[in-house]
Amino acid sequence: MSIVIDAVSKRFGQFAALNDVSLEARPGEFLALLGPSGSGKTTLLRMIAGLDFPDSGHVLFDGADMTGTPAAERQIGFVFQNYALFRHMTVADNIAFGLTVRARRDRPAKADIRARVAELLDLIQLPDLGHRYPAQLSGGQRQRVALARALAVEPRLLLLDEPFGALDAKVRKDLRRWLRELHDRLGLTSVFVTHDQEEALELADRVVIMNRGVIEQIGTPREVYDMPATPFVSEFVGETNRIPVTVADGRVLHHGQALDVSPKALANGPAELHFRPHEALLGDDAPGALPIVVGAVHKRGGTWRVEARVDDIAVEIDTSGPLPERGARAGLRFDDVQIFPAL
Amino acid sequence: MGLTIVWLCLIVLIPLSTIFLRAAGLGWDGFVAVGLSARALSAYKLSFGTALLAASVNAVFGLLIAWILARYEFPGKKFVDAAVDLPFALPTAVAGIALVSLYAENGWIGSLLAPLGIRVAYTPLGVVVALIFIGLPFIVRSVQPVLADLGADVEEAAATLGATRWQTFSRVILPAIAPALLTGFALAFARGVGEYGSVIFIAGNMPYKSEIAPLLIVTQLEQFDYPGATAIACVMLVASFSMLLLVNLLQAWRAKRSAK
Repeated sequence: MSIVIDAVSKRFGQFAALNDVSLEARPGEFLALLGPSGSGKTTLLRMIAGLDFPDSGHVLFDGADMTGTPAAERQIGFVFQNYALFRHMTVADNIAFGLTVRARRDRPAKADIRARVAELLDLIQLPDLGHRYPAQLSGGQRQRVALARALAVEPRLLLLDEPFGALDAKVRKDLRRWLRELHDRLGLTSVFVTHDQEEALELADRVVIMNRGVIEQIGTPREVYDMPATPFVSEFVGETNRIPVTVADGRVLHHGQALDVSPKALANGPAELHFRPHEALLGDDAPGALPIVVGAVHKRGGTWRVEARVDDIAVEIDTSGPLPERGARAGLRFDDVQIFPAL
Repeated sequence: MGLTIVWLCLIVLIPLSTIFLRAAGLGWDGFVAVGLSARALSAYKLSFGTALLAASVNAVFGLLIAWILARYEFPGKKFVDAAVDLPFALPTAVAGIALVSLYAENGWIGSLLAPLGIRVAYTPLGVVVALIFIGLPFIVRSVQPVLADLGADVEEAAATLGATRWQTFSRVILPAIAPALLTGFALAFARGVGEYGSVIFIAGNMPYKSEIAPLLIVTQLEQFDYPGATAIACVMLVASFSMLLLVNLLQAWRAKRSAK
């Protein structure tokens, strides 16, 4: 199912949670809403679910206007951050809930419901725990029960709010992979909210990066990582070093010295050079290179991480060697940099 | 453990046991003659009946107030929250006098109801009104923290699964708060049965009609009929205790059936 968010705004008192946000999710897509807290990502998700309603703008499912439709009539599956399982019901009753509340003529027979629950328990790999209560399950198990409960109603759309937020790292990693497989197998359209960029980049087909109620960039994980559209995206996704520079007549100046980088049609004036640790090449302090003073060096995965300073600004560079001496002067050249106008 | 029992004996059990001892002085026939006389029986009926009715009314409206306090933000909320406890804090006689001046035929509310043929003051209805006033905080204060703890996300989860508001209430919220509601109900009921100060002003205290059991005890005491007073007290004690026991058993049964 496709979702269209068209120019949606929402205020809570004085706080603008969403400001003229537009977005489209294609059928079968796995979309991540990524941003810091207060960026409006959860509000946007709740608006798609029908748990919050926009002050202006429209929400469309497959072209049909759903803006004012309450959650109960949207045929969605929603997984809450803290699972929101019904504590007084068994796991099986929790999963069956969405089927048992249907109007009599749409409600499956008791035996069919039981079969469906058993099927879902198999799917979430907890076939023998149907009789337990949520309090008797681990965090990861509860999460999967919440997912099974959401899937029981055969939703057209699966929405997940920080689905792995409350889990420890190992469980999180396993569940992530499992969720992605499930999404592909069931052919769902899914939207999930996260503040963890690693999670968003690993899971999603496309990532929507939000900040202060607006969308900063929408793109594939590769696009947002390699071609950040704004300084915020560059800073928020992955590690980024930032150096203040000046753009003058097609050249990039650092303390009056021209650097060997292209300013890409940027207007004259103060600007900011963004580069990732692996995008810098360590070399001599020659003209055209960014001069640095080398600090500590330590091993990090397959490469060395060099901590250095440009004036008073700390930068980090990855290199496979040769390693410079501590305190030595060196220079950085770049394969690829982003230059943004200074704010 | 030992300390708990000693304390419980000292504060609760020994004083109560003297009631039985004094009542025993009457002998069985004398006990029945006073404790189960027609006047006493109608007083029990009034006391337990009105307390039950008032606790039931409170269960509904107290739940509503607890709900609003737990779920909504509005100006003056702190004030409303504090006002709920007033029936706890107010001397009961003050409450009684306030209620009478409101519900008497020349009072604000009484004068509105009188043309409709509804008399509140000096009737059993007045007793119910007084007990509703007294019992309200018990329900609100038992249910409110549980509702707050339950969280709005459970309601939202039910909504996303297609439940109507009524289904959400009856199948998700009510079962979750039932133990707290039942506890509040039992407390309000127990308080209602024993309530004296606020009721006697509004009840009219006519024997066989609007005379509550605690008043009957006081009447006996004023006539220096101590054994008679204790006989009535005895009957009330047994009745109250069995009802509270019933509620507790119900709770235990529920707890066993759901979360193990």
